[in-house]
Amino acid sequence: MKRFFAFVRKEFYHIFRDKRTLLILFGMPLAQILLFGFAITNEIKNADIGVLDNSKDVTSLELINRIKASGYFKLAEYGNNTESIEESFRKGKIKLAIIFDRDFGKNFQLGKNPELQIIADASDPNTANTLINYISSIVMSFTHEKNINNKISLINTEFRMRYNEELKGVYLFVPGLITIILMLVSAMMTSISITKEKELGTMELMLVSPMKPYTVIIAKVIPYTFLSIINSAIILILGKFVFDVPIQGSLILLMAEIILFILSALSLGILISSITDSQQVALMISLVGLLLPVILLSGFIFPLENMPLWLQYFANIIPAKWFMIIIKSIMLKGSGITDIWLETLLLAGFTLVFALISVVKFKMRLE
Amino acid sequence: MYDIEIKNISKQYGDVIALNNINIQVRKGEIFGLIGPDGAGKTTLIRLIATLLVQNKGEIKALGYDTISQFQEIRNKLGYMPGRFSLYQDLSVIENLELFASIFGTTVEENYNLIKDIYSQIEPFKNRPAGKLSGGMKQKLALSCALIHKPELLLLDEPTTGVDPVSRKEFWEMLSKLKNMGITIFVSTPYMDEASRCDRIAFIQAGEILDIATPDEIISNFDDKLIAVKSDNKYKTLQDLKTLNTLRYVYPSGEYIHYVDSRKEYSISGIMEILEQKGNTNIELKLIEPNIEDCFMKEMMVRANERIIH
Repeated sequence: MKRFFAFVRKEFYHIFRDKRTLLILFGMPLAQILLFGFAITNEIKNADIGVLDNSKDVTSLELINRIKASGYFKLAEYGNNTESIEESFRKGKIKLAIIFDRDFGKNFQLGKNPELQIIADASDPNTANTLINYISSIVMSFTHEKNINNKISLINTEFRMRYNEELKGVYLFVPGLITIILMLVSAMMTSISITKEKELGTMELMLVSPMKPYTVIIAKVIPYTFLSIINSAIILILGKFVFDVPIQGSLILLMAEIILFILSALSLGILISSITDSQQVALMISLVGLLLPVILLSGFIFPLENMPLWLQYFANIIPAKWFMIIIKSIMLKGSGITDIWLETLLLAGFTLVFALISVVKFKMRLE
Repeated sequence: MYDIEIKNISKQYGDVIALNNINIQVRKGEIFGLIGPDGAGKTTLIRLIATLLVQNKGEIKALGYDTISQFQEIRNKLGYMPGRFSLYQDLSVIENLELFASIFGTTVEENYNLIKDIYSQIEPFKNRPAGKLSGGMKQKLALSCALIHKPELLLLDEPTTGVDPVSRKEFWEMLSKLKNMGITIFVSTPYMDEASRCDRIAFIQAGEILDIATPDEIISNFDDKLIAVKSDNKYKTLQDLKTLNTLRYVYPSGEYIHYVDSRKEYSISGIMEILEQKGNTNIELKLIEPNIEDCFMKEMMVRANERIIH
């Protein structure tokens, strides 16, 4: 046991004496969450729009003011003819144009299908979609209000976005970031720290010592587990107090699942280090083989449902996908273990398989 | 009683033969030197004894245990110092030492008397990171770490490579002291002049053992008449000597060229005359006593000649 603790202490020394490791461990999570939370967002505010008002009456003016007041749009161009609107589109001055029909106001008052044309710049389809949705909902509520005394009855649709009423991006980023950072810290850092020992020749001395391979591995893994737990706590606290991301479910369950995911990432890291002897290769495998699939196929940035079927099947073997489902369910929906037992079981299965392979593959000699 | 028994060992890396049918027996309590140039197979042989590699053929017993089936027993009793400085550079001197002590389930205090002579020299720097030590100090620390668990057998892979002459001398004096404490030492080195420090030596070249004996035996077995030649143009003289049809072997050694004739009896002045005829100036020619390097070169040259003939 004394041997073991001496080894764990040594690992902590390595981590705390290397400024670059420390920066990756603690600087990166902070930078990423602040970046994703504040700067990178798919919510749209103050989008530039153009208006061509051929109607020029009370109703059209009122609707324009309503759109301006929503906060989503800024009137960048008040056009006189279609050509000027066209020109602004081409120059990228506006993202969306609203064109009022000449009889818009008159028809609106008479209840005779007033026409309103909305054109969006779809060179960026996501933004165009979001803008169209915003405009539609404003126009709809406007129509509904003005029609109260009218005979035409409109169906009043009411939306509710459950679990994230305000469609905040940060609700997705916090669980996503925890997934990515745990993967990065646990898998990449362990694989690099083990291959570093191989490169510097210290592994040769460890092999010649009476240390058992599993002791070496477990001693390597403990400091990173510990630091990863602290890291996820930092992200959760930041999410809660800076971005108001709730933790609906049990905190204990959440931490238990996080530890399970850390273990699966750590065993992946050990597995990588058993394949290669160089830090460079370990880094490349971790980045390309782990980080990329985690970002692309975990459902963090791109919804899995829209991907080709074979890619969806492929995503099933990525532990991060299951962890994303688990962590989102617990944090946002308040799910308990009964709702996510299958995902948890899968994650535990992955961990066990990776850990077994890496213990079997761990070399007792240099070759 | 042998502490290392190497029997018919062959080791290949892919198609490359690193060691070819090696047989060595190292007695308990001796300093055994494995001497040969870079790439001769010294590191491979030491790693095989250290249970770090597996041979293709043959068997090795270290401290009576088989290096393949009983490697755990060997690892408990073995002190190993790799050719490259392999301690944790970011840990301090004392942290490294304590780490290796606890890995072997002992403490620095328990075996302090064993390393006292060596460690006391680096103790003033005990809080300095190991990576910031000088070459000689690194080597002393590495030796201290290899000794901290009181090993019965010490394997040293080129411990003096890249170390200054004073530190090299000190290092060999430390090895003598360790030998007196009863530790068997197996050491490899590319430096021929260090051979005399060993009880017995083995010449290794291109994966083969050329000779095993005590340094004195090796020198007394050298029965060739060895001539040292010097002139104004060493390169020309060497080429001219190579054209002699009575040549057995010739090689440059320091500022001289060492020459051995194939005839047993001949006059040195005859050689001198031929060299003068060929236009060499300021020739100095003398009969010398062989050193270990000459013995190694002889073994190497004779084997190379045999190969060409066959």
